[in-house]
Amino acid sequence: MIATKRFNFGTPELLFTLSVAVLLIVVVFPMLLIFFNAFWVDGHFNVTDVLRVLQRQETYQALGNSLVLSGGVTVTGTLVGTLFAWLVTRTDLPFKKTMKLLFLVPFMLPAFIGALAWKMLLSPRAGYINRFFMDYLGFDSPIFNIYSYAGIILVETMYLFPFVFIQVSGALERMDPTLEESARISGADLFTITRKITIPLVMPSILSGALLIMLYSMAHFGTVAVLGIETGIYNIPTLIYEKIHQSAGSFDSIRTATVLATVLVITAAAILWLQNRILSKGRYQIIAGKSFRPSELKLRGLRIPILIFCLAYIALTIVLPTVTIFMVGGLKTYGLPFALENMTWANYSHILFEWDLTRDSIWNSISLGLASALVTMFAGVIISYVIVKMKVRGKGLLEFLGMLPFSVPGSVIALGVILAWSGKFGVSLYNTVWIILIAYIARYMAFSLKANSAALEQVHDSLVEAARASGATMAQALRDVVIPLVRPGMVAAFFLIFLPALRELTVSVLLYGPTTRTIGVAIYTLNEDGETVYSAALAGIALIIIVTGEVLIKRLVTGKNAA
Amino acid sequence: MAYIELKQVTKLFGAVRAVDRLDLDIAQGECVAMLGPSGCGKTTTLRMVAGFEDLDDGAIRVGERIISSKRDNFYLPPEHRNFGMVFQAFAVWPHLSVYENVAFPLRIRKLPKEEIAARTEEALKHTNLWKAAGDSPDDLSGGGKQRVALARALAIRPDVMLLDEPLSSLDPHFREEMRFEIKDLQRRFGFSILYVTHDQSEAMALSDRILVMRSGVVQQVGTPLEVYGEPANRFVFEFIGLSCFLDADLTPTGMRINGVDAAWPAGIAPAPELLAAGRACLAARPSEIDFVGEGGLRGIVSRKAYLGETVDYRVMVGDAEIRVQKGRRVPGPGIGEAVGLAFPRPHWYPTA
Amino acid sequence: MANIQIDHLGKRYGDKTVLADFSLDLTDGECFTLLGPSGCGKTVLLRLIAGFEKPESGTIRIDGQVVTDAGDGSSVSPDRRGLGMVFQDYAVWPHMSVFDNIAYPLKLAGIEISARRERTLRAIELVGLAGLDARLPSQLSGGQQQRVALARALVSEPRLLLLDEPLNNLDANLREEMRFEIKALQQKLGITILYVTHDQEIALAIADRIAVMDENGRLRQLGTPEEVYERPVDDFVFRFLGIANFLPVSRRDGALCVGDQAGDWPSLPPAHYGDTLTAGFRPGDVQLSRDGAGLTGTIRRASFLGAQFDYLIDIGGALIRTALPSHDALALGLLFDEGDACRVGFHSVQWFDRAIPTSDKV
Repeated sequence: MIATKRFNFGTPELLFTLSVAVLLIVVVFPMLLIFFNAFWVDGHFNVTDVLRVLQRQETYQALGNSLVLSGGVTVTGTLVGTLFAWLVTRTDLPFKKTMKLLFLVPFMLPAFIGALAWKMLLSPRAGYINRFFMDYLGFDSPIFNIYSYAGIILVETMYLFPFVFIQVSGALERMDPTLEESARISGADLFTITRKITIPLVMPSILSGALLIMLYSMAHFGTVAVLGIETGIYNIPTLIYEKIHQSAGSFDSIRTATVLATVLVITAAAILWLQNRILSKGRYQIIAGKSFRPSELKLRGLRIPILIFCLAYIALTIVLPTVTIFMVGGLKTYGLPFALENMTWANYSHILFEWDLTRDSIWNSISLGLASALVTMFAGVIISYVIVKMKVRGKGLLEFLGMLPFSVPGSVIALGVILAWSGKFGVSLYNTVWIILIAYIARYMAFSLKANSAALEQVHDSLVEAARASGATMAQALRDVVIPLVRPGMVAAFFLIFLPALRELTVSVLLYGPTTRTIGVAIYTLNEDGETVYSAALAGIALIIIVTGEVLIKRLVTGKNAA
Repeated sequence: MAYIELKQVTKLFGAVRAVDRLDLDIAQGECVAMLGPSGCGKTTTLRMVAGFEDLDDGAIRVGERIISSKRDNFYLPPEHRNFGMVFQAFAVWPHLSVYENVAFPLRIRKLPKEEIAARTEEALKHTNLWKAAGDSPDDLSGGGKQRVALARALAIRPDVMLLDEPLSSLDPHFREEMRFEIKDLQRRFGFSILYVTHDQSEAMALSDRILVMRSGVVQQVGTPLEVYGEPANRFVFEFIGLSCFLDADLTPTGMRINGVDAAWPAGIAPAPELLAAGRACLAARPSEIDFVGEGGLRGIVSRKAYLGETVDYRVMVGDAEIRVQKGRRVPGPGIGEAVGLAFPRPHWYPTA
Repeated sequence: MANIQIDHLGKRYGDKTVLADFSLDLTDGECFTLLGPSGCGKTVLLRLIAGFEKPESGTIRIDGQVVTDAGDGSSVSPDRRGLGMVFQDYAVWPHMSVFDNIAYPLKLAGIEISARRERTLRAIELVGLAGLDARLPSQLSGGQQQRVALARALVSEPRLLLLDEPLNNLDANLREEMRFEIKALQQKLGITILYVTHDQEIALAIADRIAVMDENGRLRQLGTPEEVYERPVDDFVFRFLGIANFLPVSRRDGALCVGDQAGDWPSLPPAHYGDTLTAGFRPGDVQLSRDGAGLTGTIRRASFLGAQFDYLIDIGGALIRTALPSHDALALGLLFDEGDACRVGFHSVQWFDRAIPTSDKV
């Protein structure tokens, strides 16, 4: 497609080299340092040391906890997600469209803020619900202790089940209704069809969503940090945090962290590999042209009770925690009952206008989000162009490098960045915003590549060739055809990065310095320091920013499509 | 007595009468095709027979049994109708093997093991799938998948087979092959077929009778030869095969089309009532227009395309272009030549 | 208005040779069709001429000017070849209006605004899209999008128009209409057209000359539509251009027999042919009767297809297929049922000096 003369280091090669260089510096180098630190002791390769680290009680306990927690969340999240997906696509549940949107709301709420809210409600001594039952209903002991495995699993389930819900409801909606109709005409009733046809056909989507939950939960820092540390429940990311923060960079703790990180990377890679296999081999071609509405199961007498159940679920998982956050954020002192005379606006105005720590954190998050989104958007479009459109050798490697961070948990990226940019190699960015920026770029590059390659795949080669045949040079074709057509993909990539970056905790909590707290870090550390009220108030403000952002983008995107 | 009877069957989608008081009788072992443009209500009718749609008026009977009735608000669920059905998009289950797809309806009916095995084998053998029994349907071509769907429908030994555009997702040359296979299977098993298609040649080749539909209303029911040879109205004429229509002013001695006069040859003048109206629409198939040296409707050959077996001419009569098709061995005029057109088998319809 | 000379062109992808030593000349102002099965290299040839691919050997000249020469690796880039091209998937730019799509080549050529506007509107008019110039491609039907692509290719009055299966994605009626339009435009504007397709009916209808290629990228026959249809050089071309019947014939004691029936043939094979022969003929070459002259056969299958009756006839174990116009069948009383006996004569046959497996298109 591009006219090159022989033996010439032309544009494609240049772009290719640049892309590889960026990915090498941002992604590969830090990752290699982790493995190097884990396996390389005193100048030689050493496995026994690694095994020794793994045999320590705290290490294998954290590993076990990670497995138990993520396994538990995966099972419950998958059940909940599949059930709701089936309800909104295959039954005559009332208000299905609205219900579908409501079930997606948990995705907007950062899990660690949810955890914070549930801590306020169900911590054994101070939780409002527990206190209500003990003070007014005569219970002797708390009705539920959120500082437990069950508590953590419940809270994560609430905020992660949409992974399965989205995949499964999407598959059910796109599924050719005649697959089910042909079973009916074969003599099967709706219950049999659900069991023998529908569920097996969407099984790949269920599994793929389940593995996403597992991947996320395995690498998740916030909820376990908020609810687990109190009673000594650590998972791998929280233990890495503990090691890095509390032992002030001693060699042994860094090594322990790198070994943990290695285990995490391997597990995550295994999960992704499995997901890929399921998606590529198992995904059935179940989408087809002509569409009628699929037959709906009539819930009859159960219609209203099930609607109430769904609404109660949403009230309990979305409304209650959100209200709690805002209410606690308005309390004069944590622990006071919610009465009008105990409420004040002072907390909100204090953290917004007076307190440097919180004000800075909002500013840091927004500027970091903007900067990382811009950089990854542009880098992403160039790298995707090389991957999708150019005929250069080795682009498979590029693709692999680009998607690598997708399987690398945030705490691992942070750890790698610490190893690479703390002065060991001549550049010290420790305690600056730059180190966080680099980590964000590494973490979100895969998002940008996905969005941009998808947009570029839509730009069929013949569109460019038609421009060339019309008399356009390659540069003119890029300017007039390619760039205008991938712009929506670039915009999507920008927001796909900007919004999660705003609420990021896992990476920043390992990298922040005295003046470089992000919103997530500020909420988390205020909570740790017992400043519960301020923590809640800041969380409330974060929720407002995030939800406003999400809504604006939905508007923007759907408005574009309609035009 | 008719085996399947649709009586005053009506379906409303909002204010639109998707199917309007449709009557149809189908005899045992007969194949009836419902033919019409997309959106004409043919698929909706089939889905009402299958039981996927309720009726807004009328009733459907099969054998002795009423299966759908608006008056009694009774609808036998599709799973109890014991019909075979084949869908356009195959609808074979990719998570089951070819064998299990075909055995599924039998397992649902909880038939004895040996019978399931025997019937599945029989259905697979009749559809030439026995060798592929263990394969996943995803490994088969479109034609192969549609055979699985057919075998699955055959396994229950239905009396009625409902086919919803079963061939339109197939490659053209498979389409013809499957057409013959369906016909063979029907001959062997003797079921009745209700067949939905928008492809007229498919309907012609397969069915004993054709029902032509437009905007929910039946236009004509008849054998393929009747529908082709004696179309009930202009719509049917146009829908079945190539056609050309010419508005003509009529006089007792001849007609005037686009300012060009032609005298009546014997026998082709329209019926007296149309003649009395003074104006009518002349309909003819391009293959049924002849070139004549003298007389006829005079025009000039404007285009000529050699298509292999046929040669396609366009003849300008006034400012109207008339299409004529002749076999390649019929000597025809060249471009620019003046010719006369004769209409040995004209159809006359009221002007639109 | 261009002639093209293709000399000794060679193109390979990895181990697969797509074209080897391929030569072809196109004359000025003709509509030339490359006809062949998919994978025969016809699209590659088109892309080589457009300059999107480079050959390993050979040269391409347009109007005498070398545009591609594998010898010194030189290649004029596609934007400077002065051609128009229409792609199978339309390749209409979705973010530009109909007007902007069609005006784009003129804009690149630096035509000043008022002339650009006038020529664009004229092109829109030419393809019958007047009034739709402000629409976006997503608001157009497939046929309309294809016309936009056609207008865009024509607007800068290229000397050569390359068409890559442009009618594939259209429905039958539209395909027929566009076929006529392309031909009419070509005659009106006098440009040279190179049209690539695997559809023999379009090729026959549109072409002044047809080149038939086989799946190995070899040129089998070059000629006018009538030449390739009526006098195919071999059974590949015979088969590719339409439904083909091949009847095994053996020469016994001077008689040409099918099975044990001696036939009555419209022409005789050349004397030097052997004793194992094949008679090739089209469905329309068959002269069918109830009890006239000819071979005796049995109707295996009778299908009424509207305009014609399609019969599959068994002659001593060999199956042939014939098509009878419906009005002839009705007028001559040739409505056969399955199992009926019939007589088969021939208007014309083509002789092959060997056994040819019967067409799979039965």
